[in-house]
Amino acid sequence: MNKTSRRETLKSLLLAPLAAGVASATGCATGGVVNWNELPREYSYGRTGAERQRDRKLFAETYFSEHELVTIAVLCDIILPSDHANGGALDAGLPEFVEFIVKDRGNLKLPVRGGIAWLDSYAIGEFGADFVNIGEAQRLAICDRIAWPDAEDPALRPGIRFFSLMRDLTLTGYYTTEQGFRDLGYQGNVANVWDGVPEQTLQRHGLRYEPEWLEKCVDQSRRDIIASWDDDMNLTS
Amino acid sequence: MSAADPYDAIVVGSGAGGGMATWALARAGLRVALVEAGPWYDPADEAQRTQFRYPWESPRRGASTRLRPFGDFNACIGGWELDGEPFTTADDTDFMWWRARMLGGRTNHWGRISLRFGPLDFKRRDIDGLGDNWPIGYEDLKPWYDKVDKLVGVFGTNEGLPNDPDGFFLPPPKPRLHELYYIRGARRAGIPVYPSRLSILTKRINKERGVCVYCRQCSRACGLHADFSSSTVLIYPAVATGRVDVHSNTMVRKVDTGADGRATGVSCIDRENRRELRLNGRTVVLAASACSSARILLNSISARHASGLGNSSGYVGRYLHDSTGASRAAFLPELMDRDIYNEDGVGGMHVYTPWWLEDTQLDFARGYHLEIGGGMNMPSYGFGFAANQYKRFLGERVGGYGNGLRDDIRRFYGSRLSIACRGESVPQYDNYCELDPNVVDEWGIPALRFHYRWTEQEINQARHMQDTMEELLEAAGGVLLGGKPGPEREYGLTRPGEIIHEVGTTRMGDDPATSVTNRFGQLHDADNVFVADAGTFVSQADKNPTWTILALAWRTSEHIVEQMRQRNL
Repeated sequence: MNKTSRRETLKSLLLAPLAAGVASATGCATGGVVNWNELPREYSYGRTGAERQRDRKLFAETYFSEHELVTIAVLCDIILPSDHANGGALDAGLPEFVEFIVKDRGNLKLPVRGGIAWLDSYAIGEFGADFVNIGEAQRLAICDRIAWPDAEDPALRPGIRFFSLMRDLTLTGYYTTEQGFRDLGYQGNVANVWDGVPEQTLQRHGLRYEPEWLEKCVDQSRRDIIASWDDDMNLTS
Repeated sequence: MSAADPYDAIVVGSGAGGGMATWALARAGLRVALVEAGPWYDPADEAQRTQFRYPWESPRRGASTRLRPFGDFNACIGGWELDGEPFTTADDTDFMWWRARMLGGRTNHWGRISLRFGPLDFKRRDIDGLGDNWPIGYEDLKPWYDKVDKLVGVFGTNEGLPNDPDGFFLPPPKPRLHELYYIRGARRAGIPVYPSRLSILTKRINKERGVCVYCRQCSRACGLHADFSSSTVLIYPAVATGRVDVHSNTMVRKVDTGADGRATGVSCIDRENRRELRLNGRTVVLAASACSSARILLNSISARHASGLGNSSGYVGRYLHDSTGASRAAFLPELMDRDIYNEDGVGGMHVYTPWWLEDTQLDFARGYHLEIGGGMNMPSYGFGFAANQYKRFLGERVGGYGNGLRDDIRRFYGSRLSIACRGESVPQYDNYCELDPNVVDEWGIPALRFHYRWTEQEINQARHMQDTMEELLEAAGGVLLGGKPGPEREYGLTRPGEIIHEVGTTRMGDDPATSVTNRFGQLHDADNVFVADAGTFVSQADKNPTWTILALAWRTSEHIVEQMRQRNL
């Protein structure tokens, strides 16, 4: 099944019994469909043949059912909603990232599948339907109980563990995208010339460079001049 | 040159030792075959580039896999487990074995920490009565270290320390913010701290290689060739002489010897088409890594060398030892809500602490140094895990969901300070590798079986490391993270092999009964076979081994050239 037809199936399944609940639960949801930005399925970043083969296999593998993927999408959206200038989990394609990384790590498969099953069972017990088929307020009521690891009810432990895992995956999946970099204000990963901590930052922290240390450091205006030394190991260029 | 004409030298392995031997021998006019088990590699080749990639260029966002254990963007092709190439460990012992399979070997992803051994490091037995002295001393190696500094390039500072010698250094980069906090903590604790010493070009050293552009990604290998990799610094120039044939994807099975016991060449297998081939050579230089070279020697069995080539002493594989390691991290409240700017810097620490208690009586024999980490790293898989855990230090509730998590992420970003210790272990005769009689790899080469246990020396040293790290992190204003590992976890001591500084399997010495090579890395049992990797180390100081591998390999290569000139080879 290719990407598009899988997405189509997902939509039609959602539209029937889940429409009302999901539509109101997610910022990105329109007409009873959970939407998210697609992630690429082709990558090229210096892979070996063995790595390309491994990734092809992972992309071809179907692990989650549509119901599970929808549940993941709804959870990711609750954890990092899209009502923000830098976008949320669904804008960053989180359901597909979670799907890939769970297959890739292997040891995440059971915790996520079992966590979803726990969540549905708990939702049925409390509100009479699967997590994605109860109302938004009811979903948030459940999240309020399992989103805080210091909760004392031992019956909630499996749910707390699962929610913590989904929070980890959502945040890591979001902050490793362009939206996440923008949200963080990340400045690195570009060619530059490091010449020390900005002066106003030093002042803010009440720190300064020791003068005798600074004297030994590179003079960046001379970085392109070929190094030479005298016989006593002193740099002379 | 016809196929039957022997090469002047066959170099096995293309890491630091093999790269240096290839370069030095080709430069002296010799015809060289360089045999590498992995593929050709150049980080400047777009098809192999991982530098300057953003995390979203990988579907797993830089997470590690079995094929890239140090992360999806790490340059090193290889790992702890290789398909079709097993190894075993003997009962109740432990060893991790890293193997690179690519041109340049492990030098494509190493930490570039480039420390000369000091005078004491060659004569530890004289000091503590343990292990053995090297047959050579610092004065023998100093000229070669000097040459390596100038050829390869290393930044650092001359501090006049007795056992951390000065060098021909490039100037170091200024410390980052978290490193200033470390310096403050070290000053308060009375523990020395200096600019680090890394083979990264903060200043141009020739027209061919670039200058560092401060991306903090040396572990991804540098497309500007501004850090030391054996491939970029040594092998490409060697190949440019026109005197080097690189046989990549070629695995050496054994060294072939003649009736006189001397080497005639090597038997190999082409890994791509599984065809056997033979290379003829006047000399063979093994630089396949300490354990792989030992394995080749042990597998080179003949009538003259019944227990393996070079093994009349029975010492091939013996005295295998790795550096010790332990680490700890802290949260620095003063770094909360910090200014965000590009502080990538070089691919590693800008400051470090060398061993400072040489003259103090302790309950372990040898020292360690401290490597400093932290600050604003590029997010990759794992970023945001336990995102607001530090809130518990502020009396706030951990957990939750929603846009408030964004504030937590920014508030705590870059507020971590970490220390990793690397120490010297005491070499043991009973820590060794041998051929496993029951296991072969997919090429039919017997696999290695490891026997390795730490002693009280290393365990006591790890306890001291933990105390030191706590003291320093707290003095820097940090709140310690995680628990302090106690005796039940051997104080957080890393596993044997884990630091990837394994050395000693073909140690040098003047007595053929207790060593494998002479002081030039030349086998006592076959004068035209040399070892140019860390196998010849008698003891591995707390210094990272690469600079000493380079110095020794250059020295060995000049010895080969000189012996050929005198027609002794």
